[in-house]
Parts: sequence; C-alpha cells; structure tokens
Amino acid sequence: MKTLLLGNEAVARGAWEGGCNVATAYPGTPSTEILENINRYSEIYTEWSVNEKVALEVAAGACFVGARVLVAMKHVGLNVAADPMFSMGYSGVTGGFIIVSADDPGMWSSQNEQDNRYYARHAKIAVLEPSDSNEAKLFTVLGFEISEKLDTPILLRLTTRICHSLGVVELGKRKEHNVGAYVRDTKKRLLLPIHARLRHIIVEKRLQKLKSYSDRFKYNRIEWGGKKLGIITSGIAYQYAREVFPEASFLKLSLTFPLPEKLIKRFSRAVKKIIVVEEGEPIIENELKAMGIKVIGKEKIPICGELTPEIIRDSFAEKKRSYPKKKMPLRPPVLCPGCPHRGVFYIINKLKLTATGDIGCYTLGALPPLNAMDTCICMGASVTNAQGLERAGGREFSKKVVAVIGDSTFFHSGITGLVNAVYNKANLNLLILDNSTTAMTGHQPHPGTGKLAKGSAGKRVLPEEIVRGCGVEMVRIGDPNNLKETETLIKEAVNFDGVSVIVFRRPCALLVKPSQPYWIDPEKCIGCQLCLKIGCPAIGLKFPDDREKPLAVIDEVLCVGCGLCVQVCPRDAITNKR
Amino acid sequence: MKNNNKNIVICGVGGQGIILASNVLCYTAFLEGYDVKKSEVHGMAQRGGSVITHVRFGKKIYSPLIEKGGADFILAFEKLEALRYADYLDKNGVIIVNNREIVPVSVLVGSEKYPVDINKKLKRYRKAYLVDAEDTARSLKNFRVVNIILLGFLARFLKFKRQSWYESIKKYVKQKFVDLNIEAFNQGISLNR
Repeated sequence: MKTLLLGNEAVARGAWEGGCNVATAYPGTPSTEILENINRYSEIYTEWSVNEKVALEVAAGACFVGARVLVAMKHVGLNVAADPMFSMGYSGVTGGFIIVSADDPGMWSSQNEQDNRYYARHAKIAVLEPSDSNEAKLFTVLGFEISEKLDTPILLRLTTRICHSLGVVELGKRKEHNVGAYVRDTKKRLLLPIHARLRHIIVEKRLQKLKSYSDRFKYNRIEWGGKKLGIITSGIAYQYAREVFPEASFLKLSLTFPLPEKLIKRFSRAVKKIIVVEEGEPIIENELKAMGIKVIGKEKIPICGELTPEIIRDSFAEKKRSYPKKKMPLRPPVLCPGCPHRGVFYIINKLKLTATGDIGCYTLGALPPLNAMDTCICMGASVTNAQGLERAGGREFSKKVVAVIGDSTFFHSGITGLVNAVYNKANLNLLILDNSTTAMTGHQPHPGTGKLAKGSAGKRVLPEEIVRGCGVEMVRIGDPNNLKETETLIKEAVNFDGVSVIVFRRPCALLVKPSQPYWIDPEKCIGCQLCLKIGCPAIGLKFPDDREKPLAVIDEVLCVGCGLCVQVCPRDAITNKR
Repeated sequence: MKNNNKNIVICGVGGQGIILASNVLCYTAFLEGYDVKKSEVHGMAQRGGSVITHVRFGKKIYSPLIEKGGADFILAFEKLEALRYADYLDKNGVIIVNNREIVPVSVLVGSEKYPVDINKKLKRYRKAYLVDAEDTARSLKNFRVVNIILLGFLARFLKFKRQSWYESIKKYVKQKFVDLNIEAFNQGISLNR
C-alpha cells in the first residue's frame, strides 16, 4: 500500500515498521513532526525530553537493555547532545540506535546552517542520507539493522527539504523487536580510560568494515546515462540534480560515511567529467579529492544557503537568468495577534532596557517596532549572557539589563545558568515568558504543562518552584497582558540586589479561543499611532476620505480580542462594543 | 522540468491555511494516480510571515521545488504575496489571487509602503483572476474556510473528479468541519471569475 507522507512522518513510520521500542526528542524545526508522529504508535514508548542531551542519554540507556531506539533533534540540538553522542560512538550499541539530525540549510528557522555530516566523521559513526520520503522511511528501517550488524550508532541526516516535503511512500508491516534482558558489559559501556583505549581500536576496525559495507550497500547506486558527465550527489541535491542534468550518469550516495571508495573509483573511471552536487559543505568533494579524483564542486556551487534546482542550473549556465528587481515590502514573521509576549516586550522597549534573548517565538520581540532584544546566541544563553554583561559592565549597568527566556527553553537549559548566577552572587533579572507550551514548534508539552508526549498526565513542574529551589530570593508571577503590572514588576526587579525572576504567565494566543474583536471608533481616534507601537499585525492605518491624517483600524479577521491596544490608547477609542 | 508535470505554487501569509490547502491538493492528485511531491515551510517562517508551498504532480517527480518561470498555476491568498512570487509563473501560467490585503508590520511601522496600484500590476499577467474569497467566507460565517474556497476556484482548472476532492477534504479536515469545507469548496468552484 502507498500513501503520501512528509519526510518526518516517513521517519516515524520507519521507526514503527523497524521495531523501534523507545523514541525521545526535544522539539526543534525541522525535526519536530518525527516524534509527534511516533506518538501515534502504542508499541513505542515516547517522550519529549527536556533537552537533546537528555533525550540522547535516555535513548542510550534503553539501547543498553537491547531496545531499538531513535532520538530526533534539529541540527543545533546535536551540539547539546554531542557529549553522549561521541561516547556512544565508542561504546557502540546493543539494540539498534538511530540519531536523527534535521539540518536546516537556508536557516528557515535556525541560527546557523551547520552541516552535521561533519559530526558523524568526528564521532566515527555511519551516516544515512535519504533523498525523499520513501527513502526516509526505508533508511530508518535499514538503520536499525545496520546499527546492530556493525555495532554503530547511525546518524540519519535529514534536511528541511526532506523533513518538510511530501512524497509517495510504500508502506510495510511492523517487525517486532524483542528487547530481551539487560546484560552487564562494562568493557563496552563503562568508558574508563582503560576501556575507552580498547574501544578506540575497535572503532577503527569498525570503520574499515563499514567502508566495505558501504561499497556493497545497494542504495549507493549508479544510474547510468551519458558518459560525458557524471554526477556524484546525495540527499535532496540528488533530486535537484536529476532535473538539471537529465543526460548525465549518476552516482547516488545514500550511506555517505564512510564513502564507498571502490564504487566511486569505478564510476569515476567510466565518465569523462565529474560534478559533485552537494548542499552545504564540500564534504564528499574533499574526500573524493583526497582519493585523487578530479571533480568540480564548490568552486561553482554555493556553500551558503540551501540549494534549489535553479541555483544548480545557474551555477553552470553561461548566463544567469535574471528577473527584474521588484521593490516591495518584506513580510518577516511577527508575534501573533494576542501573543502574551507582546506586553513584556512593549515595556522592555518603553523602559529602554538591554535584553539578552533566547530561542523561541519570543525572539520575534527583536523586530520593529518592539526592538526589545539585543542578543540571541543559543538555547539558555539569555541567562548566562546577562550575567556576563553585569560582570563586565558593572552593577549600575545591570539595572538596565534583563534576560528573557521562554518556559520550554528555561527547562531546556536555563536552569543551570540560573544556579550559576545565584552561586556566583550575580545581579540578574530573569523574565520567564511562560505561555505554557513549546509554541514555536507547534505546541509540544514540557514539564511546566504536566502533560506527557502522548497526552496523558505527567508530573507538573512549575518554573517558580525550580527558581525558589535554586535560591532565588525575589520571585514574582505576573500577567503580561496587564501593562501597568508588567511595568511595575520589571522596575522592581531591575532595582533588586541579587537574582530576581518574574514569571509572566499567560497561555499562547493560538491555544485560546478568540474573544470578540475590537474596533477603533473613527470619531475618537486622533491618529496618534501609539497603538502601532505594540506591533500587532491586526492594527493598521487607513486614510478616511475626508481627512488628511490616517486613522488606526483593526482587522476583524486577525484580531483575537486580547485588549492590549486598549491600554495604550490615550483617547479610549478602542472598544469591543458596537 | 516542464514535460507533462503540473507545477502549482500556493502562497500567502502564515496562518491563512496554506499548508492545509496544499495537502488537500496533493492528496487529490495522489488519489488520481499521480506521483506527487510538495515542499512547505514550518516554524519561524509560519508566524504571520510570507509562506510559499510548491506542489508538483505527474508521472515521475524528482525535485519538490518548482523553478522560477515553471509554475502552471499560482494560487495566492494575499495580493502582495502574489506579486512576491509571480516570478514563478510560466508565461502561459494562470495566476489566481485572493482580493485581500494583509499589511505587513514593516509597512505599519512606516519603513515601507504597500504597493498602491497592486491590482493593476497583477492584472498585467495574461491569465490573472482576482477572487473575493473573504466575501464568500463571510457568507459562510467562517473566515477559516478562505483556503478551501480558493482551492475550489483552482479546482475548475484541474481535471480531477469531484469525489477525489471530497475524499481528500475529509482526510485533512476535522470531522465536524467537513460539511462546511465541502460547501466552501463548491462555492469556490462556482465563484465568478
């Protein structure tokens, strides 16, 4: 039977068919739908872990018992999970172990475009790179088998255009995997230097075996066409290259570390000229060059950004196609109408504070007209960056600094920084924007929600309880939709000596039923535009026929009736009564 | 890239139901026996930002992305977004535009201007249709169905069976909204050009 699946849905289906027993993840675009879809299978234990390191370690523990495990994350999540991944590279596996890395070339929703195929080489574990949804499912099933057969974790490397592309998938049945009983094996799993030294030797031997396996792997395949041009490619770039070079011969690589050297040499002898079409870093290209093969690659095809068929075509065209430049306004993402973060950013902007930011929807508070964020480095860095600002900038400066973090990010990696600040006697003002969900990635639960991955009740862990447990002396809870209260609380916090935390709690606007939309009385509106300062996409300007000055208007389709704008209007022109 | 494959760009503003509409389109093409691929954007790009999805179907599809100048259809849920992605249109392609302006925040804060003569600009395309989907949605008392109304309008250009569309709507729409969405689809098909 066939159906249509997103790449991420296909990985979930592959996990199920491949007998996966335990799956863990922390949400992150473009990886999130993998665990969301595994949640539908009752045979698999799933959890949203608090961060990627935790997710990978829980999966590793299950693997020790003999379970088939899958852990999914976005590319930068693997930075967080790198420590246990490297050790698992040495330790090897008991049950099949798949680490899914969803890379984001083009940075659709990320802070960098790191190419995690490098990680696999660094940790000396095998890489599988599907090029569409069908392969995403197939390689997940095969991944468990290869992992067990060759005693290696598998890095299943996806990219945004694999994760979020829909394609036809051939469905199979589930093959149950028997977990068995735990067997102690300290030489394998207790990485004391004395054991690890021996493991390193085993890892090097494993790489040799993997190399010959790669040569035999049937999805590393040659598709013969004309012999004038040979294309060596992998992942989504394969699909693009098929469109751009219909006459060429193709070496389509799927197990891309270690590379199938014999196969590559056979292919390269048969064609006149070779182009390596790969997205991101010149990884295959450099390894081919090290094999002594002459190839064309990144001198033509860009390293920055994602590839498209067009970019590849233009890279080799004599004349690039050009399109007339159109001058038109950009439409970057914005905080939604009714977003509970808006009030806090409005006050940060009003008080002209320096705000260290973090990763989530609330990073959008950085955009005009709110302009309420100075930094965004990585998950959890708001807390620690603010501490550093104070240490170098001094106490007076720190009275103008706040750290802003979301609830899910706080659980992910804000807590350690907070303990550090308390312990080191910092003057730190942390604002936890608690919308009681992981909003940006599509509303996954976390400890603060008390809900588990599959929807049942877990144990709720409240941020303010953690904060008090960390030794924070000033802890407040506020409603960010009350601008007066928000301003008072923030002023109190910045003047507090020591560490202060305000939890601004209000649920994500997308999870609340919209109230009656507001409208602006044109008889009362004086066109002062103060309501535009809150940056709500539902408020715009309109030129009435009889006036020269534009008046503010509310878009009834977009307004959810949060009432924030009412609080900034000096003329009481905004009302929800007709 | 051209051959007999059909390439359709669906674009608009995050939150307008573009992904749902493109899912319904894809599954309908799949039910009609085609190979189908679609590329969409999630996460940061969805929060009220500019959104484009690429839908392709035919005998065998490699790339999920359409090249500029390669779209047989553009279905735009918002006028500025229609203009933004109009370069994707094939010279014989059809562009269907919802007669709706959603003003981006960059315009609201005064740093940029919404194009004033946008209807004129859009009508320059040979086969352009301006559709009042919000009016129809208002008569159905639900602005959420704008996406399916527009999909209905597109449907008249595609030779799919009505039954395939309905089956596809049933797959992607919550049970209690199926009738409403089928009504919206039917109204979209019979909307004035």
